[in-house]
Amino acid sequence: MVRKRRPKLAVWKFASCDGCQLTLLDCEDELLRLAGQVQISYFPEASRAIVRGPYDLSLVEGSITTPHDAERIHQVRRASKVLITIGACATAGGIQALRNFKDVREFLSIVYATPEYIQTLNKSTPIADHVFVDFELRGCPINKHQLIEVISAFLHGRKPNTPPHSVCMECKRRDIVCVMVAHGTPCLGPVTHAGCGAICPAYHRGCYGCFGPKETPNTNSLSARWSHLGVKEQDIVRAFRSFNAYAEPFRKEGEAHDRA
Amino acid sequence: MKTKVIKVDYLARVEGEGALYVKIKGDQVMDVRLKIFEPPRFFEAFLRGRNFAEAPDITARICGICPIAYQMSAVHAMEDAFGIKVEGPIRALRRLIYCGEWIESHALHVYLLHAPDFLGYEDAIQMARDHPDIVQRGLQLKKVGNEIVRLLGGREIHPINVRVGGFYRVPTKRELIPLMEQLHWAREAALETVRWAAALPFPEFERDYEFVALRHPTEYPFNEGRLVSNKGLDIAVSEYDDHFVEEHVSYSNALHSTIKNRGPYFVGPLARYNLNFDRLSPLVRELACDVGLHPPCTNPFKSIIVRSLEILYACDEALRLIAEYEMPDKPAVEIQPRAATGYGCTEAPRGILYHRYRLGDDGTILDAKIVPPTSQNQKMIESDLWHFLPSRLDMPHDQLVWHCEQAVRNYDPCISCATHFIKLHIERE
Repeated sequence: MVRKRRPKLAVWKFASCDGCQLTLLDCEDELLRLAGQVQISYFPEASRAIVRGPYDLSLVEGSITTPHDAERIHQVRRASKVLITIGACATAGGIQALRNFKDVREFLSIVYATPEYIQTLNKSTPIADHVFVDFELRGCPINKHQLIEVISAFLHGRKPNTPPHSVCMECKRRDIVCVMVAHGTPCLGPVTHAGCGAICPAYHRGCYGCFGPKETPNTNSLSARWSHLGVKEQDIVRAFRSFNAYAEPFRKEGEAHDRA
Repeated sequence: MKTKVIKVDYLARVEGEGALYVKIKGDQVMDVRLKIFEPPRFFEAFLRGRNFAEAPDITARICGICPIAYQMSAVHAMEDAFGIKVEGPIRALRRLIYCGEWIESHALHVYLLHAPDFLGYEDAIQMARDHPDIVQRGLQLKKVGNEIVRLLGGREIHPINVRVGGFYRVPTKRELIPLMEQLHWAREAALETVRWAAALPFPEFERDYEFVALRHPTEYPFNEGRLVSNKGLDIAVSEYDDHFVEEHVSYSNALHSTIKNRGPYFVGPLARYNLNFDRLSPLVRELACDVGLHPPCTNPFKSIIVRSLEILYACDEALRLIAEYEMPDKPAVEIQPRAATGYGCTEAPRGILYHRYRLGDDGTILDAKIVPPTSQNQKMIESDLWHFLPSRLDMPHDQLVWHCEQAVRNYDPCISCATHFIKLHIERE
């Protein structure tokens, strides 16, 4: 019998903190087994070896923020049979998308003495704004178990099981008392995509939206509830403008309250 | 004169991306440039207008590998501004979570990023084919560090439980006890790691560095202390800006930091070790001398041994902290915002991480300054290459390139922190 060729895996980085690709190395119990299932062909954070493409599976971390990267993502797409984005930067523009609400030239002069040296785009945008993406894995950072699920789904040619419901469902399943109902703590859980395992409520704090909007979120209703709890308009704006600020439902809700 | 061009497109096994450019003419090094062109992400800019309480969550996102360092520097700077001192079990828990980050980050660097250089593998996965037990030991050690961060912080990357004043929820003693068993194993593994790392083949290379680290009256430094150096620096953290200056160079998106009127300096495990050897536990000190690493150690390649010693220290310290822990009544000290400027500096696995915030009376951040360890070490990395290359120009090309990469990896540079992108070009004329 002919042994099947191991699929080639590539891991690419754009503007990001490296946390989502680190999640792969944080799979301490699974990493070596995974390395036996795929051929890790391009993963600079872990290896100086480079195997030429095309790649069967590309994991893409980070958002597009420079003219050079806006070109490079097309090369990555061309070299990839399946392209999966990992994390809030790649799926929603990340924390660096906070620039999208401001004038980036002002930002440059705050951080750099000689802004002329810096090349940057006005906006930080998700990968799907530039190329076709086969699947998006949410989270800031992504969840280790979901990453393994996505990779193994790919290896077996099936659809990944990453449910699009809200964090509230995870709270209920873990038997965590609702922090908003019981303690009046503002929580983004009702509009936030599941995947983290509802860790914030488990640690007695409100969800702050790392996983971005759930499927069909009612952000408007949640904001009304927050106002009821005494949260000020500007605080609502900031709550929606964090790690997934440029994801459409969060962006719109932020704008609706930003009428200063 | 003979012209040669050496070119490597990517400096791998560092966090983030950048390039190294070296120009050699005959037997002379003409130029060394560590180019960091990781796209800028503007943290200092968008922190303006955010509330003080958001700083630990936001600044954690500068780096997925050392988020605790960012959270710790941020909370200490905020508490400094509000005139609050966190003591007792909450302070102990902060030390404990930092132990977790040191163990996980050092184990990652020692086993997955740095060791393959010494043994001639391109990565740890190739290394695992010949040395499965060693790589497994590294992974399991890393896992123990991550377990501590996960238990106290909620998750390994971008923990959610750290806040100004303390934590959202503190663990019960019972929750911490299971960590002890893992730490006892990790301690043994760390002992083996030190002996194994000390037996690696090291290039001969020593320099007269200025080392900078925190120094605490009684402890090996994590969160607190004065900033000291082996060349006379001894200042409070709030005086940082008077003594250190950042410069923007045309070829890098990360700022270069120097000591005023003196030049580059060295932060990180080697600096901590040389300046705080007397604060390590007797066991760690004894083992260090046993393996021939009595301070001062001025060979940067040996930082892999120092990282291993710090893993051992962190395991012992974590065990001590858990044994002495008693759950506090409240998870956090109450905070009363006021208009002020606050300073914080803690020891990230890679070295000192400085934060400064100017705050309005409602706790809004008006201005932020963050100086990560990698931007402080950048100039020293370049300077090492200037000194390292001349006696090695006869080396076969590929080997020389690899040695240069290794000299950079000695610093475990975190380019995402510094802003980052590493590519290596060596040009010979």
